[in-house]
Amino acid sequence: MGRRALGVGLWLLIAAAALLVYLFAPTFVSDFHSRDLAHAGVFFIAIVGLNLLTGYTGQISLGHGALMAIGGYTTAALVVHEHWRDVWTIPLAGLAAGVVGFLIGLPALRLSGLYLALATFAFAVAMPSLLRKFSGLTGGGQGLRLLESSPEQVTGISGTVTIFGHSMTQNHFLYYLTWAIGLVGFLIMWLIVRGGLGRLFRAVRDSEVAAVSSGVNLARYKTLAFAISGVYAGVAGALLAIQDEIVNPLTFTFLLSILILVGAVVGGLGSLPGMVLGALFVQYLPDLSTRVSSKPGVPDFVYGAAIILVMILLPSGAGGLLRRLAEPLTTRLYTRP
Amino acid sequence: MLLAFDWTELAQQIVVGLASGGVWATLALALVLIYRSTGVLNFAQGEMAMFSTFIAWSLVHHGLSYWAAFALTIGISFLGGVLVERAVIRPVEDAPVLTVVIVTLGLFFVVNGAARWIWSPEVRSLPNAFSTRPIDVVGVAFSIQDLGTIGVSLGAVGLLWLFFRFTKLGLASRAAAVNPEASRLLGVRVSWMLALGWGLAAAMGAVSGMLTAPALASFDQNLMQPVLLYAFAGAVLGGIDSPFGAVVGTLILGVLVNLIGTYVDWIGTELRLPVALAVILGVLLIRPTGLFGREAVRRV
Amino acid sequence: MPEPLLQLDDVEARYGPVKALHGVSLTVGEGEVVAVLGANGAGKTTTLRAVSGTVKRSGEIVFAGNRISRRPPEAVARLGIAHVPEGRGTLTDLTVRENLRLGAYVRRDRAGIRDDEQRVLSYFPWLELRAGQRAGTLSGGEQQMLALARALMLRPKLVLLDEPSLGLAPMVVSEIFRIVGELNEREGLAVLVVEQNAVLALEASSRAYVLEVGKVAVEGSSAELRRNESVRRSYLGY
Repeated sequence: MGRRALGVGLWLLIAAAALLVYLFAPTFVSDFHSRDLAHAGVFFIAIVGLNLLTGYTGQISLGHGALMAIGGYTTAALVVHEHWRDVWTIPLAGLAAGVVGFLIGLPALRLSGLYLALATFAFAVAMPSLLRKFSGLTGGGQGLRLLESSPEQVTGISGTVTIFGHSMTQNHFLYYLTWAIGLVGFLIMWLIVRGGLGRLFRAVRDSEVAAVSSGVNLARYKTLAFAISGVYAGVAGALLAIQDEIVNPLTFTFLLSILILVGAVVGGLGSLPGMVLGALFVQYLPDLSTRVSSKPGVPDFVYGAAIILVMILLPSGAGGLLRRLAEPLTTRLYTRP
Repeated sequence: MLLAFDWTELAQQIVVGLASGGVWATLALALVLIYRSTGVLNFAQGEMAMFSTFIAWSLVHHGLSYWAAFALTIGISFLGGVLVERAVIRPVEDAPVLTVVIVTLGLFFVVNGAARWIWSPEVRSLPNAFSTRPIDVVGVAFSIQDLGTIGVSLGAVGLLWLFFRFTKLGLASRAAAVNPEASRLLGVRVSWMLALGWGLAAAMGAVSGMLTAPALASFDQNLMQPVLLYAFAGAVLGGIDSPFGAVVGTLILGVLVNLIGTYVDWIGTELRLPVALAVILGVLLIRPTGLFGREAVRRV
Repeated sequence: MPEPLLQLDDVEARYGPVKALHGVSLTVGEGEVVAVLGANGAGKTTTLRAVSGTVKRSGEIVFAGNRISRRPPEAVARLGIAHVPEGRGTLTDLTVRENLRLGAYVRRDRAGIRDDEQRVLSYFPWLELRAGQRAGTLSGGEQQMLALARALMLRPKLVLLDEPSLGLAPMVVSEIFRIVGELNEREGLAVLVVEQNAVLALEASSRAYVLEVGKVAVEGSSAELRRNESVRRSYLGY
């Protein structure tokens, strides 16, 4: 009983620390950096969703940027065309992307590994063209500008936002909103994967044949994973649209899909705690690369080299490292000396 | 009615299609080579080919003839491919496939960035490989450039085939791809076979790049990105684990895309790329292993 | 007592963090057929892997006067040890002829290789008919014989044979052991054979070792072990 309590206690401590960091981070960084952190939050949510799909059910998706596009454009369209309040569009954006994710999940059942990667790759590359084509809804090449079309629906347009009596800048509001959703999403995902559902998802990844022989309905869980990760991507896309106050076909290119995937792998597939590190990596690396030198090509070179180096040093991502570090702790907690 | 149809134009467009397809096919073959030996799609293959093309440009700029630069660049690219495999892929040999894929994505940025840093982003051009005069074959005018491109592409592919089929090293390389453990027991240095594969793939990519560039009035560092997409599409169509399939599939794709672009008005030249993407998706939905692929499909 | 052809002294081997061999010592003399027996997971296959260098190992391994404990597989093959792995290791996409050619990969003597090809075909004449066929289309028994033929192309002094009977019909298995016996008698080929089927192995070999949990539990001449009922009952399952 003592050891078990110690384990739980440790986790509560970590959770409390995380909560404190979340609440007070903006006081330590400039207003501008709060915006960056909010942006990292967007990556975080998308990465957590992709982690379920690729880390837990083993389905590779190179198209998460496209699912984010669905969410982002849903939000933008609702704000610009239907004059919805920006924040209230988030659930609908998530739902829309979740449905699309489910629809992708259906044909994906017949594809595995490499072929699924290629199919999602094609989907991601085609998305900008598709967005340009349906210009009536999407504003074509120009995209949709939330600020210009429906300024009154953009939260914080005046510069400050007041919640429960507290007044804060728009950037701080965006940070709190994004990471609140992020932490809740993280919690939900944690509950999903630690239970029986998580085990079922992992069974799908580890051995499809074994899973089916045990009576697991493969199709149901594979498409469910696609749908859930779609919801997360949609919410992330919506938040991106809200933060940037603009969406256009160049917001959601194949590059974005790569970034999400890199973030998930660097964070460590199948490891939820690593996802925060993955999100920060993907957010700050491009910036840091530009700091090294802004001569043409050098930032990209540094960026790519950093990704390669991280993969060589940590093939299982940060999550793998965390697991190895935590092993002596947890084994001592749960096994006899 | 048959007499009214312009057979001449059809023949010409087929040749043009084969020429584009040929250029894509050498890159597709590079992709398949690496896929067969390491199980990984090298997303940086196009950028590596672009880098080779820039090397060729520099050589020409310093006075070499096109073909001398061509040959030298192929050699340099081979070494470069081996180097990349040893430096960047070998360390993650035992890592999960997705990790290696991310490494190739990182490599994409590294090579692209390096190319933009070494040669600034201004546009430049390579001289034509062949004369631009037309030539008469059975009364139909074809461009020597197109025929020459087809010839060189198929020649490169043919040489590679000869290597794998008839040399001891090629045999060992094939064995290492099929069953690395058993090959090791026979004394094959499997690790170096991987490096060899990357070297040959880089050389193939160089051929692709050096044939792509002259056909354009000018090119820059984004040269090979569309080619990579077409190469993927062709390899998927033909079967990503079949070298023969990849080449044939890409040639077919080249002809298909060109004919659709010529005869279907509303597609024109801008929508060629989406056509290729549609091909990828279509093939994957109907028959993932492509025309000639052999990977077993598990029906669970 | 002449020096044994192969000698293992206190050899340990591990797969990552898991230790599979805890100190195995055995010898194989020139022209001897020696069997390694034991239950699943006892470390039989690992022992062969330790000799051919395909597993992390420590301890002393000496072959024909050479210390091979640190050498990589290609060096071990060059010294004349042919390892026929569990499951045959057939190069399925290559033709039968290409499989045979690869057997001689480490050799340089073209004339010798050609001679050996003839010699091998005399033991397995049907290979000539199937020379251009994809090796993956052969039956299990044929693949086992191809694997053996391929091993012979090395002109080895020692053949490591891992579970030759696995998945094969009894008639095919006895044929394979018959050929092994013939090779041993005619060519003086030494064989270290790992087998689950103790009956067959004891009949084909002159000496045997029984492994248990990564160590040698019993050793002796095969005739003795066959007669010893308690050994048969406790270790060999019959």
